Amino acid sequence: MRQVAIVGAGMTRFGELWGSSLREMFVEAASGTLDDAGADHLDSIYVGCMSGGQFVGQEHLGPLMADYLGMAGVPATHVESACASGGVALRMAFMEVASGMCDLALAAGVEKMTDGADVTNVLATAADQELEVYYGVTFPGLYAMIARAHMEEHGTSEEDLAWVSVKNHRHGALNEKAQFRREITLEQVMSSSMVSEPLRLLHCSPVSDGAAAALLCPLDQAKKYTDRPVEILGSGLATDSLALAQRANPADLGAVRKSADRAYHMAGLEPGDIDVAEVHDCFSISEICCLEALGFAEQGKGGSAARDGRTAIGGDIPVNTSGGLKSKGHPVGATGIAQAIEIFRQLRGEAGERQVDAARIGLTQNMGGSGASSVVHIFKGV
Amino acid sequence: MPSPRYTREIPSRYRLEAARCNGCEGVVFPPRRICPDCRGTEFDPVNLSRKGRVVTSTVIHVPPADFLMEAPYAMAVIETPEGARLMTQVVDCDPSSVVPGTEVSLEFRLIRREDHGGILCYGHKAVPAT
Repeated sequence: MRQVAIVGAGMTRFGELWGSSLREMFVEAASGTLDDAGADHLDSIYVGCMSGGQFVGQEHLGPLMADYLGMAGVPATHVESACASGGVALRMAFMEVASGMCDLALAAGVEKMTDGADVTNVLATAADQELEVYYGVTFPGLYAMIARAHMEEHGTSEEDLAWVSVKNHRHGALNEKAQFRREITLEQVMSSSMVSEPLRLLHCSPVSDGAAAALLCPLDQAKKYTDRPVEILGSGLATDSLALAQRANPADLGAVRKSADRAYHMAGLEPGDIDVAEVHDCFSISEICCLEALGFAEQGKGGSAARDGRTAIGGDIPVNTSGGLKSKGHPVGATGIAQAIEIFRQLRGEAGERQVDAARIGLTQNMGGSGASSVVHIFKGV
Repeated sequence: MPSPRYTREIPSRYRLEAARCNGCEGVVFPPRRICPDCRGTEFDPVNLSRKGRVVTSTVIHVPPADFLMEAPYAMAVIETPEGARLMTQVVDCDPSSVVPGTEVSLEFRLIRREDHGGILCYGHKAVPAT
């Protein structure tokens, strides 16, 4: 296997981009990436998107996006893994370059969620339709049940959940690409409207439009495109049941743990080696569960991390310096790539006011459904 | 998703028929061809008792369109004495009273009216055990 690096990145702002279509957002992010690296061709394109079909009635995104990038003819593949589509697209591009099948691959993600379909119903297709959605459960409902199980088992409090949102908005306020560039207070989170008990509106990531892209090539060719490549040291993907009821312990995200173990093993690293991480905080409880599954907190102890400042910029393991899904926005297919871009910026020392001191090793964790798929990548600044 | 399709494809769910794996003794509901825990393929049928205990729960305040008139409503993962788990609404009670450990009974109920045609879709809901 060849060593692989990210050599360029680009993304749209995340938010309600009513004036931008699915294909326009992709082209903005992808052409920005090619410009960033000074690349004029591609050998392969992966387009992570959860559901162009349901959100805007458009499938077959591989050739469509290749064509609109002015690259009709280039192999292009649509990758779907619900909200992990972007992270899995990155993994596919990584594997293709690592294997030697191609030298220059674009890993992109895009989603157009506003101004179209019933978002609650579309997102719910990533849960078990036959066994769970049929009876009236929603995605916030599934994560609320995970939260209640975590609170019951470990004593995690509503205030612990709220601190995750406060911390991520504090970070996102510094990110020019973020949907919500403003801080929020603990009181605002605790008094926001109830969505699914115990989760309130400000525990939930928003509905967003956006696209993100990254360019991958073999590490030994990276200097053609940049002086500061970021190597991908490890990639792990794992799965679990879609149905929450099928899991022995709803508060334990097994796929996250497995995907992390695989990525750490491949990279030859441990949780303590990670300087900065982007974690899938679609709901505040998911950041808490993922901290535990990634080994950044002991099982059951993730609840206090944001409150204690451990996961803030300046803490011992800064998490979601971009603002996370909560503040930056969550165009589901684009999220996994946007996470990688934040780490790319951090490891190159380009994160501005959000910069983590001496960040050398970074991690991204992106998941689909209520944790039925999870993909972890580990990166190193070269 | 049309209710008649479920009736054709997984009739056992309307009768609460589960399967116990001969390999690991695990109970799966609805029945499957392959055991999710040990990959065994030999099962014995098990009729689930119409009662259970709440494993975890929530109260949904922002519902899907089909459930708009019912919110707020409680939903829970229920475990039956046989060890099968299922997702249900918990009704005929104050939704906030449904918490982990709550004992419930399972009843055959109307679940939803589908789309504009309003086809009635049935299944099981839980009610507090008496």
